Amino acid sequence: MSLEVLATGPLSTIQDLGRPGLADIGVGPSGAADSGAFRLANRLLGNAEGAAAVEVTLGGLAVRATRDLTAAVTGAPCPITVDGRIAAANSVLRIPAGAELRMGVPGRGLRSYLAVRGGIAVPPVLGSCATDVLAGLGPDPLVPGAVLPVGPAPERFPLVDLAPVATYPADEVVLHVEPGPRHDWFADGALTTLVSRPYEVTADSNRIGMRLDGPALERRRTEELPSEGMVAGALQVPPSARPTLFLADHPVTGGYPVIAVVTAADVDKAAQARPGQRVRFRFRAGRNVR
Amino acid sequence: MRFLPCADSGLLIELADLEAVQALYAVLAENPPDGVTDLVPAARTLLLHLDPQRANIAEIEAAVRAVKPVDAARSGGDLLRVPVVYDGADLAEVAKLTGLTEREVVHRHTSAEWTVAFGGFAPGFGYLSGGPPELVVPRRTESRTKVPPGSVGLAGAFSGIYPRESPGGWQLIGRTDLEIWRVDREPPALLRPGVRVRFQEVG
Repeated sequence: MSLEVLATGPLSTIQDLGRPGLADIGVGPSGAADSGAFRLANRLLGNAEGAAAVEVTLGGLAVRATRDLTAAVTGAPCPITVDGRIAAANSVLRIPAGAELRMGVPGRGLRSYLAVRGGIAVPPVLGSCATDVLAGLGPDPLVPGAVLPVGPAPERFPLVDLAPVATYPADEVVLHVEPGPRHDWFADGALTTLVSRPYEVTADSNRIGMRLDGPALERRRTEELPSEGMVAGALQVPPSARPTLFLADHPVTGGYPVIAVVTAADVDKAAQARPGQRVRFRFRAGRNVR
Repeated sequence: MRFLPCADSGLLIELADLEAVQALYAVLAENPPDGVTDLVPAARTLLLHLDPQRANIAEIEAAVRAVKPVDAARSGGDLLRVPVVYDGADLAEVAKLTGLTEREVVHRHTSAEWTVAFGGFAPGFGYLSGGPPELVVPRRTESRTKVPPGSVGLAGAFSGIYPRESPGGWQLIGRTDLEIWRVDREPPALLRPGVRVRFQEVG
């Protein structure tokens, strides 16, 4: 059983839940940038939550099934067709042998997931099938002509046909933050600035992180920070004084101070913000700046 | 010891110095508190990555405070011998910067027992500490766009080996054929925090 890749769009990679536990040898977590949408695709199919699937950036993926397959598309809502007929996102799709599944460009959001029942069965690297674009680990990004093996179907069967999901914001994406480990390295008022005005996602954004443009976050302490460990969601502020929001393939360590950290649940939402879209940071309820 | 939360994803622990980091890392790596998914030692800090569904930050903080750090150096990690040909492009520059002869640079580099303090620059890269103070040199003023794999370099108080071709600004003093990083080997990284390293001149 396999899937033949016909077209990939701007970037399609294989992802799973990544390789945690290897940061001390310089290997970051990687894995699906929007892990909630990724898990949903697998749950719909009765797969293990971490079964490998395809992460599709701004649509454009087309595949052909070599045998009858069961699939699901989640994440950024894109138009889907199976052999030319319109199919629904967040639902269980039957793809007959020889049929083509095509994903158009999503109207909102950035990353969609195509999972197949049985999972994509490429050989794992360091325990994971995820493509880490920063470390250069895992399978190469998909190219037309690639053939993706599909694993054996799990014992569980799909329990629902369609999952309800929240809609994606067309304008501002609200992300909840907490003051970061080095917020005291910034000038008085920098944290207030961060949460009072929107930032724009620039084109300089990928699975590693999103460069944001907006009001400057000035530093109080200007000395060099010895490199320290970084988490996904960290808002690191380089000398440009504009924050970079780290995503799944973020570097294991960084040498610029982190003013705030996006909460784990909202890192998924951040991964769906498109270049040109605005993000607005808010303090998580119950947390205040001193 | 200062605890600096990173929302619900991490807990950054700031420590007095590199030795304190190595000591705490050695204990927590053996026995990580519940909810800790990854540990990142660095020069002055140890980051604990947390599973937001499972981690209780107050309990983890209490568990860390209760740790009696072993002396990391005394606990004795594995010893790795690294064969090096000392013909690096910056060997003459390092001699100039340190006021030593090239032979003296090699002698001091091979006489010291280094320890992998932490990683982070690339998979398999280790910052080796414990070298002689005479070998402390600044990075190159201009970074190279391509450093070949196996290059042995110096920067600040650290020595390091490039696991694969990458850009880099370290002063290159030699090269090794030892494959310090292979994804299809267990362990993939020969340079893990705590491993002791001896450089040996060959060729």
